[in-house]
Amino acid sequence: MDKEKQLKFRTRAIHVGNTADEQTGAVVRPLHVASTFVQKTPGEWGPYDYTRSGNPTRDATETTIASLEGGSGALAFATGMAATHCVSMLLSAGDHIVAGTDIYGGTYRLLHKICNRAGIEVSLANSSTPETLAAAIRPETKLIWIESPGNPLMSITDIAACAKVAAEHGVLLGVDNTFATPVLTQPLSLGADIVMHSATKYLGGHSDANGGMLVVNNDDLYDKLYFIHNSVGNCMSVWDSFLVTRGIKTLELRVREQCRTAMLVAEYLQQHPKVKRVLYPGLATHSGYDIAKRQMDGGFGAMLSVEIDGDFESTKNVVASTQLFQLAVSLGAVESLISQPASMSHASYDREDRIANGIHDELIRLSVGLEHVDDLIADLDEALRNL
Amino acid sequence: MEFENHKTKGSATRAVHSGESAHKALDSITDPIVLASTYTFVDTQSIIDYIEQGKSREEYGRYGNPNEAVVERKLAALEGSEEAIVYSSGMAALVGLVMTKLNAGDEIVFFDECYHRSREFCAQHLARFGVITRQVEACNYEAMDAAINQNTKLLVSESPTNPHLSIVDLEKFAELGQRHGVETLIDATLATPYNVQPLSYGIDYVLHSATKYLGGHNDLLAGVICGSEQQLADVRNLRGIMGSINSAHNMYLLQRGLKTFTLRMQQHNANGQAVAEFLEAHSRISKVFYPGLKSHQYHELAVRQMVGFGGLITFEVDGANWRETADIVDRVKIPKIAPSLGGVESLIEQPMIMSYFEFSADERKQFGIRDNMIRMSVGIEDVSDIIHDLEQALQG
Repeated sequence: MDKEKQLKFRTRAIHVGNTADEQTGAVVRPLHVASTFVQKTPGEWGPYDYTRSGNPTRDATETTIASLEGGSGALAFATGMAATHCVSMLLSAGDHIVAGTDIYGGTYRLLHKICNRAGIEVSLANSSTPETLAAAIRPETKLIWIESPGNPLMSITDIAACAKVAAEHGVLLGVDNTFATPVLTQPLSLGADIVMHSATKYLGGHSDANGGMLVVNNDDLYDKLYFIHNSVGNCMSVWDSFLVTRGIKTLELRVREQCRTAMLVAEYLQQHPKVKRVLYPGLATHSGYDIAKRQMDGGFGAMLSVEIDGDFESTKNVVASTQLFQLAVSLGAVESLISQPASMSHASYDREDRIANGIHDELIRLSVGLEHVDDLIADLDEALRNL
Repeated sequence: MEFENHKTKGSATRAVHSGESAHKALDSITDPIVLASTYTFVDTQSIIDYIEQGKSREEYGRYGNPNEAVVERKLAALEGSEEAIVYSSGMAALVGLVMTKLNAGDEIVFFDECYHRSREFCAQHLARFGVITRQVEACNYEAMDAAINQNTKLLVSESPTNPHLSIVDLEKFAELGQRHGVETLIDATLATPYNVQPLSYGIDYVLHSATKYLGGHNDLLAGVICGSEQQLADVRNLRGIMGSINSAHNMYLLQRGLKTFTLRMQQHNANGQAVAEFLEAHSRISKVFYPGLKSHQYHELAVRQMVGFGGLITFEVDGANWRETADIVDRVKIPKIAPSLGGVESLIEQPMIMSYFEFSADERKQFGIRDNMIRMSVGIEDVSDIIHDLEQALQG
């Protein structure tokens, strides 16, 4: 393992967790589709017993992502929301969560419409100013939950500063690292306690697997999360684990290429007369630029949002008229996607909360894929011409 | 149904989108995996219409399936060909072509650096059906010219060849065929359509073992033949009879692998060049075969004909016997010891042991397979890790 740590990210993404199969020598390990494992003697358990509790194929995916995030252990879930839900189940009735304002709509829904039923209270605070976050902490606060870049406004949160706040108050810090990916940011090294991923996005990367990940660097915390994971049973399927593992092999190549393309797309949009504002942390005009430059390694992600000179309807028309940017929720894959958060990914927000949090009707969110940048810009150019 | 073609689009865009329907079943962004072995007709009249009007639709799994069709269209878009036919392996693709195109009494001429199993199939098995196989020195166009006679039907070469990475002058090769009215086939597995497109030089058929760079993840077997619709119609027909198709699961993985094809090839090219340069400068290495090196016999031709030179490198350890060479292979940590090439994982092998163990020393000498030769397929790992690893293996 120590030798492995010396290897570069890209090499670990291909090899850690993926040693050749001991039985056959297969360079790609077999998919262990078994639901149960035969035991030698009653009461004496082998390394695997039942797939909900552990599976060799899923283990491999967990081992790889733990290495990439610099953690000691990882757990793979059926979806990103299942992973986030698992974290929320560390808490008990009467506990309190402080979450950032610029978070995924599904997380907002989980916190406000599911966790509240279990007697867990939630406060939203702007995490890009850690002092605002600190002010929202109460004696019963157990968890701070942030995203950076945030969704959909691409706000940047200083993870190290939040970790300091969390440590001062003895509160866990969870970071949804889906947008940044471990290629650009490794929150555990900045003091976070839990890293969460929707593996459906960049980790899988091909719009064909659903999954979630939790990574920690603390054995005690891992045990607690594993207990919930195993008890609740929302684990990643073997087939999806295989596809995520396969996707991770090209993760760094994809993310770096997508970042380069996104930067060019952002620069193009910034000078477009029908674009009011481009929200991309790689632009010097972005409020989080300085922190992003420090916190993100060599790229600013491949997600960007723009406010166009239009209303709810005309914005809808623009997102429906691109050809290469396909109209769909989700993100992070080889195919470029376009969406209107107000009517799609953030429709589960209460409208007032949505507007108050800056998610306006004319906001468009882009997930930049692997297509050639010239083709993507030509596509946007055409769509904006109709505005 | 409309399929994306994107002739004017960049290679990366074609890799992601070409050959696919812009709007897929149930609005899903990726193609469904269609596992059906057979396809239903709504009534008897629709079968009659299908037969009489030759309507394009699925019938029975052995004639192909939708997942295979989408991969074929994508490969054709990347290769710049009208038609692409997928097979269960690269060898099955070669066999599919030669079984269609050659009859008893016909002759086939190979450059002798072609994959030994390809030559073996023709020289030993096709011979049983009365087809004569001739082999001439690789890249010797005069020798090939001299080997052609009125019965010759097909000229075959790889470019680059394996493991010597010789580069065939595609213009000359195509011209040779056209002058004699003989069809030409280039196995461009090592180059891939990212680095060279032989059809644009007038070559008739391009063959790939899609198991290698096209699939790219060492987790599927596939082969493909590309060319014109007219020349491949009877080839497709025979495939349907022989049944050497590929599975829907495999085809989905190949399609998925192709999405990152351009990106992977750029990295294989960059890593290959860097590793070749490192090896060439190393005191223990006496020879490196890599078309991207100035010292390579066909460097100038390669630069003219190719975008990049891929990830396959062959090199010789100065004065080492087979055991000392094997020790180096055994000391390498990152590349795994295995046959095959073109995947994200680096692989390494000693051709004398891996592919030519059963041949006599004289035969190996004749093939140019030396005891101190190592072949490496450079993957897409961080190149500094690979070089560091080779450095320690060569020091030990």
